[in-house]
Amino acid sequence: MSRFFKGLGRFRRGPWEMLATIIIALGVFMLMQPFVMWAYSYSFITTLVGTLMFIVVSHFPEDE
Amino acid sequence: MSDGTMDRVARATPPRVARKIKGMSDRAIAWLFVAPTIFLLLAINIFPLIWTIQLSFTNYRANRLNREVKNIGLRNYERILTDSDIWLNMQATAHFLFWTIVLQVLIGFALAYLINKNFRGSPFWTTVIVLPMMLSPAVVGNFWKFLYQPQIGLFNYIVSFFTGADPSSFEMLGQVNLAPWSIVIVDTWMWTPFVMLICLAGLRSIPDYIYEAAEIDRASKLRQFFTITVPMVLPFLMLAVLFRGIENFKMFDLVVQLTGGGPGSTTELTSINLKREAFEKWRTGYASAYAIILFVTVFGLASIYVKALNKVKER
Repeated sequence: MSRFFKGLGRFRRGPWEMLATIIIALGVFMLMQPFVMWAYSYSFITTLVGTLMFIVVSHFPEDE
Repeated sequence: MSDGTMDRVARATPPRVARKIKGMSDRAIAWLFVAPTIFLLLAINIFPLIWTIQLSFTNYRANRLNREVKNIGLRNYERILTDSDIWLNMQATAHFLFWTIVLQVLIGFALAYLINKNFRGSPFWTTVIVLPMMLSPAVVGNFWKFLYQPQIGLFNYIVSFFTGADPSSFEMLGQVNLAPWSIVIVDTWMWTPFVMLICLAGLRSIPDYIYEAAEIDRASKLRQFFTITVPMVLPFLMLAVLFRGIENFKMFDLVVQLTGGGPGSTTELTSINLKREAFEKWRTGYASAYAIILFVTVFGLASIYVKALNKVKER
């Protein structure tokens, strides 16, 4: 876990891609869940942020 | 390319073309070859995408060309993301996605596990199992429509044979509670072979010496299954899940042929709803915003898919 946070702090590709993946998955879940309307309303912005983040962080350097 | 082929190509090149090419650098020739593809990509993919993004901020209607087009900012997005009917369509899509993936993964993995045992006639059965995947979705939709007929359909008779219920007492495509399951069954029937093939590739990539080492350590078959087979096939399974997830999120043809989105709107998946907004109600700007929302979702999932694919390649 601490390695993950260290990687985030040092702008490494692996942990940042993982974070972007979690945000995209959360956005898709929010879009399709049957529980609360507000989650559906904010799903698009969540997925968009995750996707743009994924594009940016895939250019970060790899872990040594 | 071999020298002989190069010579043949050089001889076949007309002298006028050869004179023109002679003065060009390798880089220029490379661009010359790639340019038509780039042009097609820009014309068919990139330009429509940019145009759709632009239209999504307007009240444009493709059937009213003389009407003034107004820029309405994010209002289309706001309407879609606060519309409870579209939310229900998303839930119908989620139901379809979830159950097709669960069933396809379970059945696909089980079939792959059996086929991997290399019993007598396994290549024949692999071909038989893979057949549904090779059919056109429109054809599959049409013949399942006949299979689901309450009076003459084979499906109702098979269900009645096992349950004792009257075959004409239920209608898979016409009842609100059964219609969502009818499309799940057909998609599972059609695409389980695809998941099976991916799982089979995963199972065949496990080296035998790992199992032999486990045998020496006296690990039981169940233990071997959960500590060797499942973890080593998991990246392949993830790949299958993502691939089927993306494909089913865009599902259109099969469901249109089977139910047309009905009864009511119980099987109206997002892609069917989008088509209705764009080409039946002609709300082009609104439909463009809808398409962008779906595009971003699929693009996000595709990014994860590519990442998973690279991980599998690394193995």
